[in-house]
Amino acid sequence: MATTPTPNIESPDLDAPHLNTGVPALGPESAVVWPPRTRSVLANGLEVVLVESHAIPKFTGILYFRSGNAITALDTPGLAEITAAVIRTGTANRTSRQIEEDLRRMGADLGTSAGSDTSAISFSGLAEFSSELLALVSELAQQASFPVEEFERERRQMIEGLRIERTTPSFLASERLRRVLFGAHPYAFISPSESQVASYRHEQLSAFYRAQYRPGNALLVAVGDFSSPAMHDEVERIFGSWKTAEVPQPPNPALPELHGRRVHFVHMPESVQTQVLLGNRAITRKHPDWLRLSLANSLFGGAFNSRLVMNIREAKGYTYSPGSGAHALRQHGYFSVHAAVRNDVVAASLTEIFYELDRIRSLPVGAQELDDAQSYLTGVFSLGLATQDGLAGKLSGIYLEHLPEDSLETYRDRIRALTAGDVMAAARAYFDSANAQIVIVGDREQVGAQAALFGDVTEYDAQGVQLTKDAKGN
Amino acid sequence: MNSLHIPIESAAFENGLRVVIAPDRAAPVVTVGVYYNIGFRLEPRGRSGFAHLFEHMMFQGSEHAGKMMHIKLINSSGGVLNGSTHYDVTNYYEAVPSNALDRVLWLEADRMRALKVDDENLRNQRDVVKEEVRVNVLNQPYGGFPWLDMPPVAFRNWPNAHNFYGDFADLDAATLGDVQQFFKTYYAPSNAVLLILGDVTPEAGLALARCHFESIPAGPPRPAADVTEAPFEGERRGEVEEKFGTLPGIAVGYRAPERRTPDWYALAMLDQALYGGRAGRLYRRLVLEQQIAVDTGGGIHYPVGDLFDYNGPTLLVSRLLYKPEYSTEQALAAHDAVLDDVRQHGIESDELDHLKVKFRSDYVSSLEGGHGIPRYGLMHYMACFTLFDGDPRLVNSILGGFMDVTPEQVRAAAEKYLDPKRRAIVIRRPVKKGAA
Repeated sequence: MATTPTPNIESPDLDAPHLNTGVPALGPESAVVWPPRTRSVLANGLEVVLVESHAIPKFTGILYFRSGNAITALDTPGLAEITAAVIRTGTANRTSRQIEEDLRRMGADLGTSAGSDTSAISFSGLAEFSSELLALVSELAQQASFPVEEFERERRQMIEGLRIERTTPSFLASERLRRVLFGAHPYAFISPSESQVASYRHEQLSAFYRAQYRPGNALLVAVGDFSSPAMHDEVERIFGSWKTAEVPQPPNPALPELHGRRVHFVHMPESVQTQVLLGNRAITRKHPDWLRLSLANSLFGGAFNSRLVMNIREAKGYTYSPGSGAHALRQHGYFSVHAAVRNDVVAASLTEIFYELDRIRSLPVGAQELDDAQSYLTGVFSLGLATQDGLAGKLSGIYLEHLPEDSLETYRDRIRALTAGDVMAAARAYFDSANAQIVIVGDREQVGAQAALFGDVTEYDAQGVQLTKDAKGN
Repeated sequence: MNSLHIPIESAAFENGLRVVIAPDRAAPVVTVGVYYNIGFRLEPRGRSGFAHLFEHMMFQGSEHAGKMMHIKLINSSGGVLNGSTHYDVTNYYEAVPSNALDRVLWLEADRMRALKVDDENLRNQRDVVKEEVRVNVLNQPYGGFPWLDMPPVAFRNWPNAHNFYGDFADLDAATLGDVQQFFKTYYAPSNAVLLILGDVTPEAGLALARCHFESIPAGPPRPAADVTEAPFEGERRGEVEEKFGTLPGIAVGYRAPERRTPDWYALAMLDQALYGGRAGRLYRRLVLEQQIAVDTGGGIHYPVGDLFDYNGPTLLVSRLLYKPEYSTEQALAAHDAVLDDVRQHGIESDELDHLKVKFRSDYVSSLEGGHGIPRYGLMHYMACFTLFDGDPRLVNSILGGFMDVTPEQVRAAAEKYLDPKRRAIVIRRPVKKGAA
């Protein structure tokens, strides 16, 4: 069983008075004015969000499809990812080399990628080439030709990339946590196996592309040095004739029940450090508790001056960059705590992590600490205003998940309205310390005994092969 | 198109501190940076890694703001902060809502005036730094490749050639006396520039800077240092074991010219031609066409810096990870063929035109942000131009030099600098085979 947290360690005095030391007071808060944006939906269903931003002569954009790796995770994991990789290697009109040289000629960068819930073509370039760049994006979205030799090259590169990922502690930890938290659900799989990549067939990519890269399933966000009405006309001209189609939805099977702390140990021989990652399922961004969880996370481990960082980094020196996060996927979410720690303090680090989790679950946060955390979140939120990228990212989060359109404008007030009671309620609901799933990536010989103090251990190797029986004897 | 028009005000105080203000009232946020003209090149011998360890100590407490107060006061003002150590500069920066500007300047001035740290702080940050080295280098595939591998192979003068992250024995040997001595030697206002960017007027910014910084004593002048490096003679080779990754790697370094010389502008265009993303010749030939490599990268002062932020000997570096079925010599020969081609044939003038467009676009973007900090790039470049060149306004005019480069200059620079007889090569060899 898990050890009892030991709350006998002095935590840093975060509320030390500083007003008598000459620290200048803050000036009056300036109003944060989010730039006006226009949202429209073309006849073919393409949702278009435009924001003017004239600080630099560039524009940036993202064309999203609300379909990612989750769609095929149960039979062909990673299909969205390799599809995204191959679409930039050829269209009906351009070879791979032409695409890359055309981008350079426009001073543009372009990326294609896929996560669990989305596939995306992101791009930025000089504003003077915006129509030309949009036309290329449209070509990639509608007329990708999937050259066979490019597919085979990407397949091999993906396999080599996977082999390297399997030697990266943070990857191995994330992979295992998602497996544990999501079981048979598509979110359990963040990466395919080598043999799964080896068995991809060319026609699976083009079929995924034809089914999912459709305007009714898409969102185009563009921010930059343009006039919105003129840009809207350009988007209409370039994307208007694109045909839509019904898009299949991803499966949503039942989630595993997780009772009690368990340790999932990934053995990496001769590791000179141990990666700790623990967590539990939580909520999506649409859940009414999302901001409560955000604030609780910020206090716990989401900021430099958070309790976790102050404790295991600044007071104890166990680790360099500990932190915690609330992660929202479309259907579900999860909360996690991470730290790469010295081998001889794995048990000490876990003890402190559970101490801090239980402290925020059990004791009300003080008024000053709460106010500081609220100021942090509202202030940092407005830093996103200052770059085209930052704006595009903020807007994407809102429109992708169909959140209220005024979410940006109301964010600061909604954070300010939260109370110590809200923080405790969120911590009690979503920092599930009693049932936390603990992933440890390290050398069994050096740290296995420390890990076993925190729950029954199931062991894996870096290839994901289970080495010992799990709690059910499997 | 060949120059920018970013408004910049600058001043110098009697204590030698230079102040640069770039007002932009578009959003109510302000970025503040303090750059000291000291990096890991000049850390004391026997104290490898010290400049970076010292950077951590600057967050551990100053005269009126004890341990954790810097972090707490910035975060609770709604801002973020960090610092980073480079070859020739170390920076400390904050991005905050503009109502916190006074507070940020007070904090930066307090730690420029006096550090107040103890042995406990030093022990703590030594432990933190060791975990930083483990997470970034020792427990990571390709950790430190090639930024830590290349200097000892390429260079002979200790300031350029040592382990910048630090040998653990050297980190352990560091004392509180070293910390205070380093502070006295290099952290004087005369060795620094303060930058304020964003939502501030030049008048208000300058007045606040005066109020907080002008009374800091000047301190001694920065001691002279010899960072010169004899020209390469022949090919230097080194081999490093790759403990985790499954692919072999090669890095090749060529001596780069001094900043702001005609050769430097030309080599920057060559950098874009060779390493500019997937259109770059190295990636196109080795990854997309010949499929010998699975990834390539490179550039001037790559990978922990760029062509603006060095002030001493540096390299133009190629980095490739290649498929294990090829030998080192095959991979190197394929790399060399790409460079030989440009040495022999140069680049066409329309390709050069495209490179210039991409360069201009990249440059403008790099000024806008970086590291999640509004205008980080603008701050970084203005700081380097102030400390190394004495003129922050170069950030507006420097583009012209790149736009004027001719195809002949590019070919001549390729011939001169990409010399296979004068270079350093690091081979990163996996100890274990791939899973297949």
